[in-house]
Amino acid sequence: MSAFLIDIKDVTHAYRTKAGPLPVLDGLNVQVPEGEFCAVVGPSGCGKSTLTRLVAGLMKPDKGEVWLHGERVTSPRKTVGMAFQNPVLLEWRTILDNVILPLEIVAPRMPQRDRVERAMHLLEMVGLKGFEGKRPSELSGGMRQRASLCRSIVHKPDVLIMDEPFGALDAFTREDLWQTMRDLRAAEPFTCVLITHDLRESVFLGDQVIVLSGRPARTQHVLRVDLPADRTIESLYTPEATAMLHLLRDEIRRAQGREGAVH
Amino acid sequence: MDLVKKIAIPVAAIVAFLAFWEFIVWVNGWPNFKMASPSDLPPAFARYAGLFVEMGWQTLWRTVAGLCLAVLFGTLLGMAMGFSKIARDALYPLLVGFNAVPKATLVPVIALIFIGQHDFNTVLMAFLISFFPIAVSVGIGLSTLEPEYRDILRSLGASKFTIFRKIALPKTLPEFFGALKVSVTLAFIGTNLVEIVPPHGRGLGALFKSGETNGDYPLMFAVLIALAVLGIVLYYAVVALEQIFAGWAERPGG
Repeated sequence: MSAFLIDIKDVTHAYRTKAGPLPVLDGLNVQVPEGEFCAVVGPSGCGKSTLTRLVAGLMKPDKGEVWLHGERVTSPRKTVGMAFQNPVLLEWRTILDNVILPLEIVAPRMPQRDRVERAMHLLEMVGLKGFEGKRPSELSGGMRQRASLCRSIVHKPDVLIMDEPFGALDAFTREDLWQTMRDLRAAEPFTCVLITHDLRESVFLGDQVIVLSGRPARTQHVLRVDLPADRTIESLYTPEATAMLHLLRDEIRRAQGREGAVH
Repeated sequence: MDLVKKIAIPVAAIVAFLAFWEFIVWVNGWPNFKMASPSDLPPAFARYAGLFVEMGWQTLWRTVAGLCLAVLFGTLLGMAMGFSKIARDALYPLLVGFNAVPKATLVPVIALIFIGQHDFNTVLMAFLISFFPIAVSVGIGLSTLEPEYRDILRSLGASKFTIFRKIALPKTLPEFFGALKVSVTLAFIGTNLVEIVPPHGRGLGALFKSGETNGDYPLMFAVLIALAVLGIVLYYAVVALEQIFAGWAERPGG
């Protein structure tokens, strides 16, 4: 029994391609205690998305083990929520019905009234009240991503996996969503793995930031973020945060194999 | 106002087309055994009104029956090709080859195999000619489903069937209806290919043939118009179904 809610032990994985095996993860270790927010950063194409699929049980690693809640992950589990860069809302459903979708799978016996109540509660929290009857195509990118967030936590998963969920949004919308995310976490505790390219995002949201090396990815550096839980965008401009951002930037440069280079 | 526009514009276009046709015949002074004009048609319809209703019904039900088979078989085939790469690789060349064979050449073949089965032969031909677009578009719709859509439900432990029912099926509907619109008109061609061959002798195709035999050119043109009308009716029936089941795919203001 592991002390961590998410425990990735020594995971190695390679994709089989025409040009031979392509190693993406090499002895990766990630530990996330219950309720913590773990941001994962690393160079492009270093295997971050593979990590999300492993935790979700959508694929099995070649070597090593993935544990959730003291159980070894070998197949998908109902207690996981996922959000992607593309909000992947179903165009033929209203926003409300999109948010309800996971409940139809994991709680088939839940009365529709309770499902609607739960979904409306979340939609209100992310500021989408009044839009529940709209189709996804009638909403802006930021609003769609908010709806996608609601869908990923509507069934109260104990693990939320996000793969660059804010990557396609403009900078201001992104900052809005960081704050939404922070408020959601305060209201609904969950353990979270966030894959991101944005160092400020990782420091704003993370309790720990894990820097992965270039492909094949290993854990290169683990940074504890000792900022208060009620962070604001302003917190990112404090000396502590600036120091952390500098450190992460150096680590990323090292991961890219450009150590010492001036950028 | 919108509704008026929606009806008035196509009606005006049809009237303009008929006027142009009348004009061409009149200006060339063609007798109606060379080319009938629109004004010859109402008398032809009036004289054979009973036959038009009877034969039109024959053609319609056989076409619809063939289409239903095409939807069923085409969807199943499309599902097989959409979900399995082996099925896709195996079936594509066969399907394309089969579709490239001119269906008119199959009429005598079918007539010989199922001799005397006139209804069956006609429905079979309507089916054979119209299932291809449905199979291909359902197959492409399913095989191009973005993996993230699947992952959302798969990460919750949903079964393959649930994923199909909740995501793949509705997502493929716009493509399916697009193909069905093509299939509707193809199915009429199939029905008439068989009906026009004398031993099968029923439906609008047979009426056309009898017009030819008797040198009744206005009748032949009247049959063509009747076919066009049936085609339009069935096409808009599909459009109505599309509005009901895949209306979400239409973007506002699009």
